[in-house]
Order: sequence, then C-alpha cells, then structure tokens
Amino acid sequence: METKSIMIVGVGGQGSLLASRILGNVLLQQGFAVKVSEVHGMSQRGGSVVTYVKYGDEVCSPVIEKGEADVIISFELLEAARWASYLKKGGKIVTSTQTLDPMPVITGTATYPEDIVGNLMKMDIDVTAVDALSLAEKAGTAKASNVVLMGVVSKKMDFDESIWQEALNQCVPQKFIEINRAAFELGRSAD
Amino acid sequence: MKKLMLGNEAFARGLYEAGCRFASSYPGTPSTEITEAVAKYDEVYAEWAPNEKVAVEAALGACFAGARAFAAMKHVGLNVAADPLYTAAYTGVNGGLVIAVADDPGMHSSQNEQDSRHHAIASKVPMLEPSDSQECKDFAMLGYEISETFDTPVLVRTATRVAHSQSAVEQMPRTEKELVPYVKNPGKYVMMPSNAKGRHVFVEERMQKLVAYAETAAINKVENNGSEIGVITCGAAYQYAKEALGSKVNYLKLGMTNPLPNQLFLDFAAQCKTLYVIEELDGILEQHVKALGIACKGKEIFGCIGELNQVIIAEKLLGTKLEVTEYPSQLPVRPPVMCAGCPHRGVFYTLAKHHITVSGDIGCYTLGAAKPLESMDWTICMGSSVSCLHGFNKVLGKQSQNKTVAVIGDSTFMHSGMTSLVNVAYNASDSTVIILDNSITGMTGHQQNPTTGKNLKGDPAAAVDLEALCKAIGIKRVRVADPYKLAEMEQAVLEELAADEPSVIISRRPCALLKHVKHNAPMKVNSDKCKSCKMCLKLGCPAISMKNGKACIDHTQCVGCGICAELCKFQAIE
Repeated sequence: METKSIMIVGVGGQGSLLASRILGNVLLQQGFAVKVSEVHGMSQRGGSVVTYVKYGDEVCSPVIEKGEADVIISFELLEAARWASYLKKGGKIVTSTQTLDPMPVITGTATYPEDIVGNLMKMDIDVTAVDALSLAEKAGTAKASNVVLMGVVSKKMDFDESIWQEALNQCVPQKFIEINRAAFELGRSAD
Repeated sequence: MKKLMLGNEAFARGLYEAGCRFASSYPGTPSTEITEAVAKYDEVYAEWAPNEKVAVEAALGACFAGARAFAAMKHVGLNVAADPLYTAAYTGVNGGLVIAVADDPGMHSSQNEQDSRHHAIASKVPMLEPSDSQECKDFAMLGYEISETFDTPVLVRTATRVAHSQSAVEQMPRTEKELVPYVKNPGKYVMMPSNAKGRHVFVEERMQKLVAYAETAAINKVENNGSEIGVITCGAAYQYAKEALGSKVNYLKLGMTNPLPNQLFLDFAAQCKTLYVIEELDGILEQHVKALGIACKGKEIFGCIGELNQVIIAEKLLGTKLEVTEYPSQLPVRPPVMCAGCPHRGVFYTLAKHHITVSGDIGCYTLGAAKPLESMDWTICMGSSVSCLHGFNKVLGKQSQNKTVAVIGDSTFMHSGMTSLVNVAYNASDSTVIILDNSITGMTGHQQNPTTGKNLKGDPAAAVDLEALCKAIGIKRVRVADPYKLAEMEQAVLEELAADEPSVIISRRPCALLKHVKHNAPMKVNSDKCKSCKMCLKLGCPAISMKNGKACIDHTQCVGCGICAELCKFQAIE
C-alpha cells in the first residue's frame, strides 16, 4: 500500500499531540507501519503547530511537505488555510470552525481572513467543517475539541469503532475518559 | 508486541533494558523526554541537575562507581558540558557512560543550529546516530557495549525529527548489570599533567581501534540496489533520502559518525559512478570522503542551513517537482506568544512602558521580544542576561544603569545565572536583575528545578531560597513583587533602577499552565463601558481581541489574571 499522509494542524495548546497519538495508535493496531512527528518547545506557546501522521507498508521520512498530504485535520480555520497547500490533488480537510486571532490580528496589523471554507472549496478541496468547540462544550469541556474532531475523522476512515475506543483508552488519562468518550461520540455523529 | 514510541521514549527504553542505573540531565528541547521517560522505571535513579555540566559530572561519578550511567542534553547544553566531556575522554569509564545530545536543525526551539558532531571529533569520543525510534533504543544499548569495550564515554546524537517522531519499537526485558568494582587508579582517573600525558596516548590508540571497529560495525551498513549512484548518509537524512530515492540508488548509512571508517568508504565508492553525501547541517561526512580522495557532491547541492526533507532531495537529485496549489490570499502569521495569564506579561508590559533596555535569557520569557511588547534587546544563551548586563553597564556607567535590567527565569538562574550574579555583586555594577520565578522550568514542558521543592520523580526536595541566595551572593537590595499587580511591579522596577547599588527583583507567580494553579473566572468586557481605546490590546494577550469595534475576551483562553482590568481606564473589564 502506498504511504498515506495526514496532518494535524492548529494552535499550540489545542491538543494536537493527543489527537496524533490516538490516530497513531489506531493505525498501529491496524497493522500499518506508522510514523508520527511532533514539535515540542517554543512553537507550542500559542503558535501555529503541525503534527504529521504517516502510515503504510513502510514509512521512511516522518515529515510531510507541500503537495504530499492526503488529509488535513485542522483545529482552527486560519490554520486550515495556512496548511492547505500541503494537500495533494484530491485531498481532504476536516476542520473545526473555531477561530483564534493570531497576534498580528490582535494588534491590528492584519485582519482575520474571511470565507476560508469557501476559498478552500474553490481550491477543489473536499472540506468538512464542524463546530467542534460547541460539541466539546456539550460533552463537558472546551478542551475536548481535539477528540470531537477525531470522532469526525473516524467516520471517514474504514476502521472498526472499537479500535478507536481502545486507542482512546490508551491515550487519555482514566479520570477524563468519560468526557472524552462523549466528545468522540458527538464528533462521530456530527456531519 | 511493538509499541509506538517517541525517539526519546525509545532511547529511555534502551537505557532501561541495558541495565542503566543512573541518569542525570538538564531539560532542553528536543532531548527532555528521554530523562522524563527513564525516570518512570523504578530500577533507574534519575534526576534533573541544575545544568548540563553538573549532569555529565554526576553521570561520570556514577560510572566510576561501576554503574551504567547516562546524561542527556540539547546541542547547546553540550557546550556547557564540554569541559567534563573532553577530559572524561581521557579518563575513560568504569561502568559504561552514554551521553545523549539532541541537535535541532531548523531551530524549532533553539538559539543556534550547531552540529554536535564537531564536539565528538574534537573530544575524540565515539558518536552514534540513530535514524528512528527502534534505532534510538538499539543504539543506546550498543552505546554501553562500545563504552565498556573501548573504555570511553559514548555520545549518541539525535535530532528533532528523530527525538520527536514516534515509530514502532520492540520491547525486551531489562538485563541487570552488576556494578563494576571501583579500584583506585590515579594514573587513569587523576588528570594532572603527568597522568594526562599518558592518557592522551591511550586516547589516540583508542581512536585507531574505533576506526577499525567502524570498518566492520553492523550499524555502518551498505544497501546495494545495483545502482551506479551511491548515497552516503546518516540520521534523519537517511530516512529522507530513502523516501525520495527508494531503490534507485545504493546507500551507505553511517550509524556511527565518529570516528569514520576509511576502507568502507573506498569500497562503497568503487561500486558507484556518482556519489552523493546527504547529511543535515555541516558537511562532516563529505569532508572525510573528500579527504580520502573520493569525488562526491554534498553541500554544494544541499547547503548547510535548516532541515532536509524528501522533497528537497527528490528535486535536487531527480528533478521532480510536486504540484502545489497555494491558498488564494496572503494569510496573517501566527508566531508563538506568551500564554493567556502568563505571569511574565506584567513584567514585560512594565518594562516596555518605561522603554527599558532588557538583557534577555533563554526560556518562555524570550517571547517578551515578540510584538506587541518587543521588550527585549538581546538574548544569547543560558545565564547570559545577567553577565551581559554587567558588562554593558560597566561600559556605559550611570546613564545605562538606571534604565537597563536583566530578566532570567528561576531554572535558568539556577543553571548559570547565579555565577553571573556573583560577578555583578563582586565587581559592583549597579545592575538590576529580575528573576522571573514562575516555580517551574516552563519552555521545555514543566520540569522541576532546585527552586521548586520537588525532584524529577515529584517527591519533596530541598528548595533553594532565592532571596537568601541573592543576599548571600552579596546583593543587599532583594525584593519580591507580584507580576499580576501592575502597580506593585512598576514601583519595584522604578525604585530598584534608581538605587545606586546592585539589586534583584523576584517576580513571583507560578506558570498559569501548572495543573495545581487555580484559575479565576474568565474576565468579561462590558461593551457599554468599552470606549475602544485598545489599551488592553497593548498587553499582547492572545485571549483579547477586537470584535465589532469593542474589546472581547475569549473565555476558552482567559484564566482571569485580571491585568487587563487593571489597565482599563473605564472599568470596562469585569
């Protein structure tokens, strides 16, 4: 099987590491070779962050470059736009509709772009936009938007739901498991 | 069953399986998680040392005592630890000693892009370079074999994409290693000139033996795909090359990058018509190949700046170009910022307001240099804020002393700021030093340090009393201020700047991201009272923005620190 490339993008602090670990575990349990590349440190502090997940028969490079990604999972709209050029032709974006103003917008030197979803569609991208923040708050905490999005993604991948549940169990601390299960279910039944 | 592991976690697993008993490190991206992960194994004693020099010396002592010992650091940390490393190369070891050093090509979280292989060459210590998580585990274990066989410390170099990538790792049980009895041997361990002269001869002979080992070592492997093109590579670059070039070329992958073999290169080159060297950062393999009289291409194609990847390699060697569709409009950048509720914000707001020259240091607070506060004038390395300020003030005298400060975090102060403060007191510059005490090592992801009262395992530990320490150093004016109280912070800064003697302000407030820190309810803007003056935006808080002409606070980010409310002249923030 040809190597598949998934990017998880968002703003530092939104929980992309947990999402990538859940996805990585699901793929490993499916018997794929998997590489997940994270960035820690300075850029985690509210900056634009990206995690790469690649799987297939053999994965060499852990990173994904422009024109190589099959799917982008985005926790924030502007970040979906920022990384869109990394998709290959026919690629998909699953994005939260949440917006977070970056510092140039806060200080007034730039404006937050309008109609991002429309522009992405004009680029021939298959876009799924979900209000993950509201669904996460419905599950009990805004912090679970990442797991809501994994729920959305799980519907688009052909893996048994029990494998996702098992990965959730492995990656989420036990005391938060109920809230995250609820968030996952809300994401799975969205769209 | 195989488990997905970060390179760093796999490294820790290798230490565990190899029977390592002792680990001492200072946190530094991208090396930190090795020591955090190894601390989870009860069989391994693990600690955070105040700095990398202390860590390597502690690990060296542990190996003298007969244990397999370990220290980890980032690339710039090895500069700090270079002093013990270069002489540990002479003493050699008793139990095995492995030192991990993590480079950061692309500078994801670093102040420079140095190539640690230079340290291995200069210190005459063997260096191994894994290229994925399984190799991180295997090479950590092999490191101990080489260390004990050749009587040498062993460096294992990773890089961001190896340290922070997860791939599958096979786990095995731990093999306990008996302590090697310590036997007094001054000729080997007391490095005074008469003994060191003899040990230098030993070091040179050891290097020759290691070259012979490198010629046939299994980790220096040839993959012959029957091509006329050869690629010599190591570390992460091997993975990029494999992805870009697949079986179109032959590979010589170096798992050991110091010392390098000779005959292996000559034999590999003899099978190829064209030879490329693909390595990140400096052209160290390439220089060696060229010194052997072998023609090859490397840095002239790839340069020595930033990371490589499969697309760059495919473009340069195969001429392939991927189809890319750009987003139709310019997008605002999103640089990292101080978090909502960050206690450093109140300090930098105060310093920016009074146009104070700020000597900066290494930590989250380096973000004080970013817009809109832009309240930092220089940042070099750990601990340098205090010593640089001293020199700056000595030259410019009074005109400078009343409008300059140094800012340094609690952990960075313990690392190497203390000795700089001794210089301020001893050689008397009227410098003002602000210790940003947020009760944790922040940037690397919340590690304990000697001021926090807890050790690496989270158990209670002796806590350095910063006020008493600064006084003992000879600073008479030491005061504490709360950065959430802007008026208090401003008064402290202005009074200490005006003082005609050295002073220390301890800005004390725990990191807002710490789990035990209780947050207040999010602040709200009363839009009837908001006059849209944008005063609150001057704080550069990511939770505050303008929505429909009025200030608006994002409740998902705000932790209720309240400094925006202190700033609002119209009491519009509640």
